[in-house]
Amino acid sequence: MACIAGGAASLDAVRSTCKASASCGSCTGLVENLLALTIGDDYAGERDNKPMCKCTSFTHEDARRNIIGKSLKAIPQVMQELHWTTPDGCASCRPALNYYLLSAWPGEFVDDNQSRFVNERMHANIQKDGTYSVVPRMWGGVTNPTELRAIADVSEKYEARLIKVTGGQRIDIFGIKKEDLPAVWADLNAAGMVSGHAYAKALRTVKTCVGSEWCRFGTQDSTGLGIKTERMTWGSFMPHKFKIAVSGCPRNCAEATIKDFGIICVDSGYELSVGGNGGIHLRGTDALCRVDTEQEALDYCAAFIQLYREEARYLDRTAPWVERVGMEYIKSRIVEDEAGREALRVRFLYSQSFMQDDPWEKRAAGEDYKLHQHLAEIRPLVAA
Amino acid sequence: MSLHGDWLDIGPVDQLPALGARTLPVRGGEEIAIFHTANGQVYALVNKCPHKQGPLSQGIVHDTTVTCPLHNWRISLITGKALGGDEGCVPVIPVKIDGGRILIKRAEALASVG
Repeated sequence: MACIAGGAASLDAVRSTCKASASCGSCTGLVENLLALTIGDDYAGERDNKPMCKCTSFTHEDARRNIIGKSLKAIPQVMQELHWTTPDGCASCRPALNYYLLSAWPGEFVDDNQSRFVNERMHANIQKDGTYSVVPRMWGGVTNPTELRAIADVSEKYEARLIKVTGGQRIDIFGIKKEDLPAVWADLNAAGMVSGHAYAKALRTVKTCVGSEWCRFGTQDSTGLGIKTERMTWGSFMPHKFKIAVSGCPRNCAEATIKDFGIICVDSGYELSVGGNGGIHLRGTDALCRVDTEQEALDYCAAFIQLYREEARYLDRTAPWVERVGMEYIKSRIVEDEAGREALRVRFLYSQSFMQDDPWEKRAAGEDYKLHQHLAEIRPLVAA
Repeated sequence: MSLHGDWLDIGPVDQLPALGARTLPVRGGEEIAIFHTANGQVYALVNKCPHKQGPLSQGIVHDTTVTCPLHNWRISLITGKALGGDEGCVPVIPVKIDGGRILIKRAEALASVG
């Protein structure tokens, strides 16, 4: 209130003056109400479709349209063609542009590692003390003694300070130094494990229950379908993180109804739903449709992901995006338009043909070593 | 590493990624982050954000600013000061390029050694 009375007349002004709505953003609606109440009719409201950031007057949609229309394939080219006002953008627009280029030209774009957030650049999750945590992929949440032994071994060898089971049914190894990451990855690779992309705006996990193979209530092989889904979708970068779950029956032990794409197995097939989120604003999924076969479930999943990749703004989770465009629109593209669905699926798999390389393996082999090793070390002479 | 008067040679400039940074630990003192901007300038700051001690070397570098990887504070590479509405300052260490080598001022680099 004090900062609005002091002259902060927009959301941006409030954010930079008193920090309200500047962190997780969950109070943004409240701040907007306060602005409207305090300033009254003079409060213009926020533009529904704002410029990407202070470096440009283009919206996210404008930038994407131009990247495709003008065949732009690298960030400096985009900034030059679209007359960016800053020499090399900012920490807000550069990761967005890098994603839009990847999404538009998966086989041709010039990836800019320095325009990725630290976690994607380092292929690990930065923690508050500057060390990293490492999450190997566990397909469908299934592991085995070899993998567990390798995780135990690297945890001892590199003095991990915590080993934690995640909510996404895998294991997180904490307290790894950036210099040690390539060696940790080499050891995990040797046991057959790849990056879990726990750090990326990308497919995270496919959570499953044990389904009909073990459970007396299971109606279909939810674990098997989860593994197939993860094999199809891993490595795909998206506007934001993306979670999938497959439950073997409507009791829903895999919590599929708060995921970006949820599959619930029933006797007659597979209930598909989208746009769930267990985060700041809890949101259950909206029903998409029911399909008869595993293959159809996979096909609809690929098509939905590709629609999200092509049309959501960078940093939109599926929940706010689905709310903005509406389920009628999503259904019209994924359920009712068979040819369109197939085209989306094909574009997704085309993109995946470039994305399914394990980034850990390349780093373990020495790629981008400068990101991990110190430049030098200063050792002051100490009097003997 | 060799000494050039008051300056320490810490390596060739081509070892710094463009629009990136690398780290320079100081035994017994504070780690330093060496930044490389788009136009080829180098800057050095103590590798600790004044907010929650985030490693600034891991942030996104744009113009003469780095955005901290932990909570997105923007820190000036020139002054070490937090920009925008944030308040705080991190020590700046003089650094320059000479004949393709990165030279850092010895006394300031060792200032944190107890």
